[in-house]
Amino acid sequence: MTTDSSYGQVLTLPRRKPSTPPEPGVLATHAPLTDVFPTGFAAPSATGFVLSLLPQSAGPVLWVQDFLSRRENGAPYTPSLRGFGLEQPVLLVTVSHPRDVLWTMEEGAACAGLSAVIGEVHGGPEVLDFTATKRLSLRAEASGVPLYLIRSGDPGGLSAARMRWRISALPSQAHPQDAQAPGAARWDLDLFRARGHPPGRWVASHDPEKRQSPRAADRLRLVPYADDGAVAPGDRPIPQRTGG
Amino acid sequence: MLTMERWRRVIAQYRSVPGDDVAVVLSRDGSHGPVVHGLSAAAQARGIEAGARVVDVQAIHPDLHVEPADLEGDEALIQRLVHWARRWCPWTARDVDHGLLLDVTGCTHLFGGEAAMLRDIRARFALQGLTARVAMAPTPGAAQALARFGSGAQICGREDVATALAPLPVAALRLDAQTTRLLDRLGLKTIGALSDLPRAALMRRFASLKPDRNPLILLDKALGTAPDPLNAPPDHRHFMTRSRLAEPVIDPAPHLPTLVEDLCTLLARAELGARRLRLTIYRIDGDWRALGVATARASRDPTHLRRLFDGKLENIDSGFGFDLLTLEATDSEPLPLIQDHLDGKRDPSADVAGLLDRLAAKLGADKVSWPDWQESHRPERVERRVDALQGTPTAAPTLLRDRPLRLLTPPEEVRVIYAVPEGPPSQFNWRRVTYKTMRHAGPERIAPEWWRDRPGTRLRDYYKVEVEGGQRFWLYREGVIHDGRGAEPRWFLHGLFA
Repeated sequence: MTTDSSYGQVLTLPRRKPSTPPEPGVLATHAPLTDVFPTGFAAPSATGFVLSLLPQSAGPVLWVQDFLSRRENGAPYTPSLRGFGLEQPVLLVTVSHPRDVLWTMEEGAACAGLSAVIGEVHGGPEVLDFTATKRLSLRAEASGVPLYLIRSGDPGGLSAARMRWRISALPSQAHPQDAQAPGAARWDLDLFRARGHPPGRWVASHDPEKRQSPRAADRLRLVPYADDGAVAPGDRPIPQRTGG
Repeated sequence: MLTMERWRRVIAQYRSVPGDDVAVVLSRDGSHGPVVHGLSAAAQARGIEAGARVVDVQAIHPDLHVEPADLEGDEALIQRLVHWARRWCPWTARDVDHGLLLDVTGCTHLFGGEAAMLRDIRARFALQGLTARVAMAPTPGAAQALARFGSGAQICGREDVATALAPLPVAALRLDAQTTRLLDRLGLKTIGALSDLPRAALMRRFASLKPDRNPLILLDKALGTAPDPLNAPPDHRHFMTRSRLAEPVIDPAPHLPTLVEDLCTLLARAELGARRLRLTIYRIDGDWRALGVATARASRDPTHLRRLFDGKLENIDSGFGFDLLTLEATDSEPLPLIQDHLDGKRDPSADVAGLLDRLAAKLGADKVSWPDWQESHRPERVERRVDALQGTPTAAPTLLRDRPLRLLTPPEEVRVIYAVPEGPPSQFNWRRVTYKTMRHAGPERIAPEWWRDRPGTRLRDYYKVEVEGGQRFWLYREGVIHDGRGAEPRWFLHGLFA
């Protein structure tokens, strides 16, 4: 606490620590810019992952796609976004060139009324270089609007993103009613580069129960990736259905 | 009269106009089929009357030329003429049945007297190809009666209103057909006969009629014993700033900030905000070029409005230079000065509206959209997109069924490698990759919407399929075997689950 000696007035108060720390989790903070690289054909999984990460606020989400990623990975089907806990309206922008995706994301990052910006670029174009990501990252840091960049078909070059993920699809969980049917989606998440956080690998799925918890930073259930081949009893692989 | 004259002018732009000797009739929809709305002089000479049924008239006159009338276009023209007529006086209003009322009190001397003014009005309308029947009287009711039923260009003073109106039929009082017929039955053919009757008897007889149909009240208004003020619609506000240059220049960018600021000052004085702006440059070769931008909500923020032109000014073709440029707000909305926050923060929705403007100005208004939803069985029809500048975001519907996160438009056909009799194919090839089905859920049968789809559209059996790598697809089979709607059913990939 600092006081003005001449008047004895309190000028500044010491910053109090928040009484309720965020729930323990790897992703307690939102990085200004997050890169998500789907490996294999996993752009839909990357979409589900990003939707589970989005902060819950009232402002709209700006979703910008270039023509190539729309053709390769399809357009987001907005009626189903609510199933991933996205209650806010979505502003959809479709452009023809990745350069316009970056420009739109930069404009969106400067707008504090948005709750998040999701960009999709396919094929690792040249315009998406380190300088471009640095610009996005600085903009997002200044305004506090988190940016998510889904880069499908991209080998992944240098980037200024604070968190860089690789994601691929995993066989889904067992369906509670039907053993032959796919259940809730699971993803193989690989955080291969992050500032202030050790890299790691998890098996992740969307956790709808965390939607009710206001302290939850995301709606993900993360289980450390066990690469020992052991399978939990409930998750036994289903015998393959043969013809007939 | 106006309908016919306007129709002749409109069609003259793209085809030949029928000659004066051809009987032309314009039709509008009546309660029992089309009725006659407008008539050419030749048709009038044959005794055809407005309001008759077109089929009846065609039975009598087989060579009749019938065309549809453009009622909205006529109305729009009349509305424009109401404002155009303010060249003679400040108070003009729309009257029933293609009429204009002008309150020329104190204006006639500017045009050289009353008779000269009426001559001027007729001449100006004739220049536009319209025939005007004009009259001047102390009350609107008397003026319109004399214009419609009088001897033409009549000027009637305050003293002789009653004598001028006396020989006119009672229909000149703007009565409806029912009341006119009633008066006709009572033997009251002219206004003079009506005004000669004792007032008390008339009042008793027509006590139940509304004021706009009551002949006694209308007569009082026409004679000037009851007030009949003119309700003139306000002028259109037009906001424009211009900048005249001493020398022709090529680049409009340096002049834009001053123009925008002047325009915003004008708008602020009127408590309005611009929804649409147009920048026009007038080139020295006599040509002009215009550039338009739109905003999602009314704005008069100079910085924001100037930024909407960023990147567009380079594409404007200045030719050899221009020496005049104007900026006008072609569409504006009320934007009062209100304080919505006490903490000095910005309104987040205003931020989003500003972002919409910039995105739409740079990328094109059709590229930026809000999703909208409608009820449909077909998944691709549930979602629609509305232009973000026009629409507003709506709440998403609650889905009862499992739907994919991404949708391919159009659905892509998959090549079946190993089909099974029931359920999705065991192996299939999509985009040159072979997938092996591990688990599936379904089918969910979606029948075609007979009220919307073409006949012969096949039903779809949707399956959620998980393949060996873990990807989850939404496949459908179009039709079933032997449904009589085509060959062997084909398989399509429509959506992708997370």
